[in-house]
Amino acid sequence: MKRLTRDQMAARVARDIPEGAYVNLGIGLPTLVANHLPRDRDIFLHSENGVLGMGPAPAAGAEDYDLINAGKQPVTILPGASFFHHADSFAMMRGGHLDFCVLGAFQVSIAGDLANWHTGAPDAIPAVGGAMDLAIGAKQVFVMMEHLTKSGQSKIVERCTYPLTAVACVDRIYTDLAVIDVTPAGLAVREMVDGLAFEELVRLTGVPLKAPSEHALA
Amino acid sequence: MIDKLVPSLADAVRDIPDGATVMIGGFGTAGLPNELLDALIAQGAGDLTIVNNNAGNGETGLAALLKAKRVRKIVCSFPRQVDSHHFDALYRAGEIELELVPQGNLAERIRAAGAGIGAFYTPTGYATDLAKGKETRLIDGRGYVLEYPIHADFALIKAERADRWGNLVYRKTARNFGPIMAAAAKCAVVQVREVVALGALDPEAIVTPGIFVKRVVHVPNPALVGVGEAA
Repeated sequence: MKRLTRDQMAARVARDIPEGAYVNLGIGLPTLVANHLPRDRDIFLHSENGVLGMGPAPAAGAEDYDLINAGKQPVTILPGASFFHHADSFAMMRGGHLDFCVLGAFQVSIAGDLANWHTGAPDAIPAVGGAMDLAIGAKQVFVMMEHLTKSGQSKIVERCTYPLTAVACVDRIYTDLAVIDVTPAGLAVREMVDGLAFEELVRLTGVPLKAPSEHALA
Repeated sequence: MIDKLVPSLADAVRDIPDGATVMIGGFGTAGLPNELLDALIAQGAGDLTIVNNNAGNGETGLAALLKAKRVRKIVCSFPRQVDSHHFDALYRAGEIELELVPQGNLAERIRAAGAGIGAFYTPTGYATDLAKGKETRLIDGRGYVLEYPIHADFALIKAERADRWGNLVYRKTARNFGPIMAAAAKCAVVQVREVVALGALDPEAIVTPGIFVKRVVHVPNPALVGVGEAA
């Protein structure tokens, strides 16, 4: 079995973003997806702090600290970009105007519940940012995460034990082992990495999964 | 003749009292009115409730106000950052109250205050810890949380350009919370890099109309640093 690297995971997510899509990429791992979007496709990247049409990072020395992304790193804009205030930016999320968001996660449940903002540890300083707004707002919520924690626990769980970001919001999960759809009938595996048997994926994940052969792929 | 320009930063913040609720524009350091914050620190007001997206970066601006222990409570969405050590220390010592608000609810609560809305139902945060104790309602089968507006006594904002009537345009993503905070506060105080003649701003392109602005102060060379950059 060959696990996907972080860049391979990002490339896999990028393949599913069609031309014309309005997309928000969350902080961390999802940010990598931008590097893999084909340049010949018009895809509109939204940043919560008030920009549509975000471009790549600036050249060294060309940083403008009035032009940053949600992770507060300097970015650039593409021709056709627009700026707007925070209430408009979050209306784009909450109002269902974004086609996709890609979020990192601590846990996703079999019902599509998402936990990605707080570990709940007593010494942790909680910070939520725009995670809850994206999770309830985007038409399609993609999660991108390692399949297992560092100690080998599945991050796909029966019920989230970390504090929830939103209930039943996740549509698809991309991990370093598989691509899995969250459906009303349960979790349906779309793809697995080469050399991984379905039975082994089920064993590692520890929750019921439908094999690709058991359901028609949309 | 109406001229909202005040001669100095000290004049701009002179009457902010102890215990005031003060909105501060900015997302990280973009749009943060550093010079107005320095003036507020020098003015001495304390026991403040601060509304900002974050909880200070590095050593300047909002972080310096926190370090000076002038803040009783902060309302924000994302306090924890690589360089939010002054907030982190106060929080761990139990010396500051934190009201954590999902970012879109923060923005909409501020917008609602300026727009005269009594409260609103939002799906953001439903069935999470951040909606605990709040009224909820099912509307067309979907869960919503009742959220109330956030009003403020003052807003400190940074914009790019103003005229003497207080019409504003901003610069890039430094706009962020500026327009909605200007409307939500009883007294919006704006530092601008450039003051232009009345009529020089294109009426089609004015972002914040002067009705929302009480004071303008000219700061031609504002500090501009990134998050995580030593200032």
